Amino acid sequence: MLKSASLRFSVSTGVALLLLLALALVPVAAEVFDDPFLLTLFTRIVILALAAVSLNLILGYGGMVSFGHAAFIGVGGYAIGILAKHEIYAAWIQWPVALLMSALFALLIGLLSLRTRGIFFIMITLALSQLVYYLANGAYAYGGDDGLTILKRSDFGGLISLSDRPSFYYLCWALLALSLYLTHRLVNSRFGMVLRGAKSNDRRMAAIGFPVLRYRLTAFVIAGTVCGLAGVLLANHTDFVSPAMIHWTRSGDLIVMVVLGGMGSLFGPLFGAVGYLALEEILSSYTEYWKLLFGPLLVLVILFARGGIDGALGRGHGGILLGIIGGFFLLHGVHLYYDDAWAVPAALLMGAVGLVGLMQWLRLRKARKAGETP
Amino acid sequence: MTLLIFEQFLNGLQIGLLLFLLAAGLTLVFGIMDMVNLAHGSLYMMGAYFAAVFVQWTDSFILGAILALPAGMLLGVATEYVALRNLYARDHLDQVLATFGLILFFNEFARLIFGAGGMAIELPELLAGQIEILPGLPYPTYRFAIIAMGLLCAGFLYLLVQKTRLGMLIRAGASNREMVGALGVDIKLLFTLVFGLGSALAALAGLMSGPISTVQIGMGDNVLILCFVVIVIGGLGSIRGAFVAAVLVGVLETMGRAFLPNILGSFLNPSEAGTLAQALSSMLVYILMSGVLVLRPAGLFPAPGR
Repeated sequence: MLKSASLRFSVSTGVALLLLLALALVPVAAEVFDDPFLLTLFTRIVILALAAVSLNLILGYGGMVSFGHAAFIGVGGYAIGILAKHEIYAAWIQWPVALLMSALFALLIGLLSLRTRGIFFIMITLALSQLVYYLANGAYAYGGDDGLTILKRSDFGGLISLSDRPSFYYLCWALLALSLYLTHRLVNSRFGMVLRGAKSNDRRMAAIGFPVLRYRLTAFVIAGTVCGLAGVLLANHTDFVSPAMIHWTRSGDLIVMVVLGGMGSLFGPLFGAVGYLALEEILSSYTEYWKLLFGPLLVLVILFARGGIDGALGRGHGGILLGIIGGFFLLHGVHLYYDDAWAVPAALLMGAVGLVGLMQWLRLRKARKAGETP
Repeated sequence: MTLLIFEQFLNGLQIGLLLFLLAAGLTLVFGIMDMVNLAHGSLYMMGAYFAAVFVQWTDSFILGAILALPAGMLLGVATEYVALRNLYARDHLDQVLATFGLILFFNEFARLIFGAGGMAIELPELLAGQIEILPGLPYPTYRFAIIAMGLLCAGFLYLLVQKTRLGMLIRAGASNREMVGALGVDIKLLFTLVFGLGSALAALAGLMSGPISTVQIGMGDNVLILCFVVIVIGGLGSIRGAFVAAVLVGVLETMGRAFLPNILGSFLNPSEAGTLAQALSSMLVYILMSGVLVLRPAGLFPAPGR
């Protein structure tokens, strides 16, 4: 059954718009608190959110579990890196070439992989992205496994300077907002309906007379191109491209972002990317071994909180979620401003907040179950 | 030249058999439980770490290896019991993600417990030397031991799956899970047993590869992908397919690595040819897989019933 994805004003939409607004204020905050790292961190978050939005189009709406999405980041990034190496900096050349390469590459991968389904699709997209990974590793003229430093960012000829960090941030932000708007338009169009219909039953869609493969391929190419754009931005952000950005675990990270946020929902990837990277930043400030906590957390989310952050907001658990996040940030602030001695009571308090949240969640669940079975 | 080719073939066989040990567990788990387990590579890594620690403790390679196997198996069974058991009924995406979380956990866990530096496993005197397998062709005893061990395991698995009652249940489970459960077989116990077997094989592969490459964090991540390539080429759920595909992949990669530099070297300068050849030989395997999937989407030896 197709859920209407209209942009009616739900809690999740409200939170998402607030989040976008907050993201727009990051450069101001970085200026006020005199903390340039904040801007660097959030530029990265916004760029990866763009990549997650593109993955969500095929994964969430199309049901295609592509485990090689980071390859498109790599193609976009390397296109910029390689052109820059040959001293072509004009964005009017760099960007179209990068996007065209990403699109062509997506077309190729899509043609090969969309013939298969299920687990084979996961594996073949994984394998093809590994191909790009090894190609980048072996491209000795372009740094090989050491990576390639980009000496000068894309040059828009005075229109906008990408070296000016706030301007660059706002460019990324605008592209993210644009991609969200276009995704919204796309998935609610006839095209999007066919794509979502094919997700729930592709044989039926084919029987009605839609060429499912062609629709899927088109969606795959669009997603690949947008992700290539994220690669272009990332290359300009870090001034560096390397095979590490194509490694299959990066593709895994992107899927985690989409699923953590809530796949198949418009703002899910935005929540997911912000949540994942902010969590990484916060947890890693407590302990070097932050993945020791994050790994099991991921397993728990998969087991118990399907639908991710967006789903939690939609089911009216927003209060709990915001409570937990708020408590977390509050205590993190306490931890930052005072000494490590505060870490223990902070952790206790956080645990208490979490426990209250969990109890409320269980209560809600029980009430809902009781309501479902008359 | 023939000797060189033969030697490289043996190297490829050795890598292929190590891959087979890993892929066999993976394909069994997939075939019977329809479960994608990315954490299989972590079990391989943990097996290697267990072996490194136990060898240091006991000062004996054999004793350490004998201790590491049940340790790896126990870890696998514990992982299955705590986390994976709840995932069998879920779709592949959930399984991929949850086991991805387990990879993050295990990598970090190994870093916390064993340190970031990596460990080495010392070879016993007995296996450290070389033997002359053909006149004029000395070959490291240890690599020869790996080949022997791999073939032994393949034979053992063949007998287990084809000739025993447990094997019969495994095959039955692979072709129709519900029916086997309905006939009164404790399918959960069977799953746990199979998972334990797979973990032990992964640990064995880890400890065997320990002495020829360093035991380090993330050693399972890349080899895992190679294993998936193997089981996809071989046909999901098919042990025979996994064996053929593993040897094929191992030999192809080694041959590429050994001979491509010379071939490319005739028209490129040596260092460039080296890096390019390395990349190309890594890519060969994936190209093979794409080819197989395009021509035979279910793999070379598709398991019956799926």
